Amino acid sequence: MGPAGGAAAALIPRRARVRRLAAAALVLAAAGCGRGERGSAVVLWAMGREGEAVPALLPEFERAHPDVRVRVQQIPWSAAHEKLLTAFVGDALPDVFQAGSTWLAELAVLGAAEPLEPTSDPDDWFPGILDANVVEGATLGVPWYVDTRLLFYRRDLVPEAPRTWDAWLAAMTRAKARAGPDGWAIVLPSREWEPPVILALQAGGTLLRDGDTRGNFRSAGVRAGFAFYTDLFRRGLAPRSGETATANVYQDFARGFFVFFVTGPWNLGEFARRLPPDMQPRWATAPWPAPAGAPWPGVSLAGGSSLVVARTSRRKAAARALVAYLTAPAQQARFYGLTGDLPARLSAWGRAGLHDDPRARAFWIQLQSVRSTPKIPEWERIAAKIGQWAEAAARDEMTTDQALTALDRDVDDVLAKRRWLLGRREAGE
Amino acid sequence: MSGGRPSTAGWWLVAPALLVIGVFFAVPVAAGLLLAFTDFDVYAIARPDRLRVVGLANWGRLAHDARFWVALRNTAYFVLVGGPLSIAASLAAALLLEARLARAKALFRTIYFLPVVTTLVAVAVVWRDLYHPRHGLLNAALALLGLPAVDWLGDPRWAMPAIILLAVWKNFGFNMVIFVAGLQAIPERLYDAARLDGASAWQRLRHVTLPMLAPTFVFVGVITLIGYFQLFAEPYVMTQGGPANATLSVVLLMYEEGFRWWNMGTGSAIACVLLGIIASSTVLQLRLRTAEAERE
Repeated sequence: MGPAGGAAAALIPRRARVRRLAAAALVLAAAGCGRGERGSAVVLWAMGREGEAVPALLPEFERAHPDVRVRVQQIPWSAAHEKLLTAFVGDALPDVFQAGSTWLAELAVLGAAEPLEPTSDPDDWFPGILDANVVEGATLGVPWYVDTRLLFYRRDLVPEAPRTWDAWLAAMTRAKARAGPDGWAIVLPSREWEPPVILALQAGGTLLRDGDTRGNFRSAGVRAGFAFYTDLFRRGLAPRSGETATANVYQDFARGFFVFFVTGPWNLGEFARRLPPDMQPRWATAPWPAPAGAPWPGVSLAGGSSLVVARTSRRKAAARALVAYLTAPAQQARFYGLTGDLPARLSAWGRAGLHDDPRARAFWIQLQSVRSTPKIPEWERIAAKIGQWAEAAARDEMTTDQALTALDRDVDDVLAKRRWLLGRREAGE
Repeated sequence: MSGGRPSTAGWWLVAPALLVIGVFFAVPVAAGLLLAFTDFDVYAIARPDRLRVVGLANWGRLAHDARFWVALRNTAYFVLVGGPLSIAASLAAALLLEARLARAKALFRTIYFLPVVTTLVAVAVVWRDLYHPRHGLLNAALALLGLPAVDWLGDPRWAMPAIILLAVWKNFGFNMVIFVAGLQAIPERLYDAARLDGASAWQRLRHVTLPMLAPTFVFVGVITLIGYFQLFAEPYVMTQGGPANATLSVVLLMYEEGFRWWNMGTGSAIACVLLGIIASSTVLQLRLRTAEAERE
């Protein structure tokens, strides 16, 4: 806020400020030197944990390619998306960068990603994940690691993982009855759009219509998924305030404060680390149950990160070689060991010993049936709107139908420019 | 000084400053204003031909956007409740510090000022724990008083009061320092005279201290108003605007539109609205003060 910044500046003696400016100038000068060095190295932007772990894989690559040096820059996840866009605008993209799989459509519109050769052995990848990297026929990224969401649950309190929505609902109702007024059957993070979208896809819904130019949220399938979602709150099975109802997800899960939790592979390691030893045999993972008439498991979302070569790169051959190296089965297996990120290649699962882990097994099954979100640059905005209106319905501020009507209106508004562009393209052809 | 009239020399002297202000302030502000009349978005970054001049349409859309009105209402709530509360807390702290009985004034002044210079992100971590519904200190205090627990950051009715409390605590030290300076500038003889006339402590505060502080109030009021209208960091780190948009502020909405969704057109339009609101309410506040001063 304004006054705080002004106050801080006013309190610093003038001489100290001058010194600080001088220091800043030196830093800038150093950064300028760095730019010169960039000419000889392939620059890789990796986010968060991946950025910390990936340097360990690089010496081997540099030995195999003596003329190529790789320089890794770590980018925090929270700023990654903004940073990629601003780097594109400022013509400062690295040669290779990690990108969330839902960002590819945006990169396609910008023309920021270099189209890559389709993989030579498509059978060695999860099909839904591979598909998420193809935008309008062009392969823009190579899957680096995968994630998806499914159920974590207390196997001592739920003897058998439910395979249908009905069985799941019955299990949750029993869990709530046992937990009493202070406990819950399931905790769903309140503002996340993923759970309602996953349920809508499982119910056979299609989120957008007319070539992804209009919202389709009032259609029967989407409606059924959203109704199931909001019912979890209305029936008192899930806390309306989401994860803030829990002090610490791990402690509360261990205490039996809730029984089911919807989350992703990053929590496999966290649960193993943070739950007390006596709790370890008592938790498990399960693929999603399916609604009546749909095959098990119910579909989930294709997630994870891809490696992308920037179109502006001046070392594209080396950049492609780096991407091929990092996504080869041997490196994917090593990367799993370093980060716990699930490999995108099927043959890497065996190398990493993942088939022996029953909790990873649920992800293996789930990842065979994952679907990507609509591949349009507006998706992140639409997703935020879904989260907003789903929260409003979950909090009982409006009915599910009112929320879906509002969602259709908002999404149509978000897609107005896309309709204009497509109309113009048709008129031009 | 041989060549040139004095006025030319003056222009040369201020030229560097004007240049910097022009490049880093005037040009961006003008660009922002122009952007507000376009639909600049992710489609237009790489292909300028996909940019449309839309006139006032951005403002038209805002007028129909429920979240924009929610953000305006939340910001007004924050300014109207948080602003006066913050000024009152600053004044109270300043009066305590300047009281005759106060000991270790420098120490307390430093302690009260510490929140202002502490990073908000660090502060937020601590306050999230204080506000925790089950293990938080605040709810423990409520329980001691026999009051029911409050889900401070999870309940839409309590989230804004929680943010206000945090902001007041975080910012009161700044205004306090200004009030302390104002109090020290009041001549002691005025109090002596009042005391001779038999004025009580309350009467001395009401009829000596507060009128003498009037210029300080103007400054503090305007600065606080401008700062509080730009509410951003507190909800950004504590609640991300939730729950149910209860802490969504105008600047947070602008940040989302502009930098998260890259809708620079809409973001600039919001910035223009905020600029208008801040400018007009500052002018209004100054007018009210002038009118008040003339009446007295």
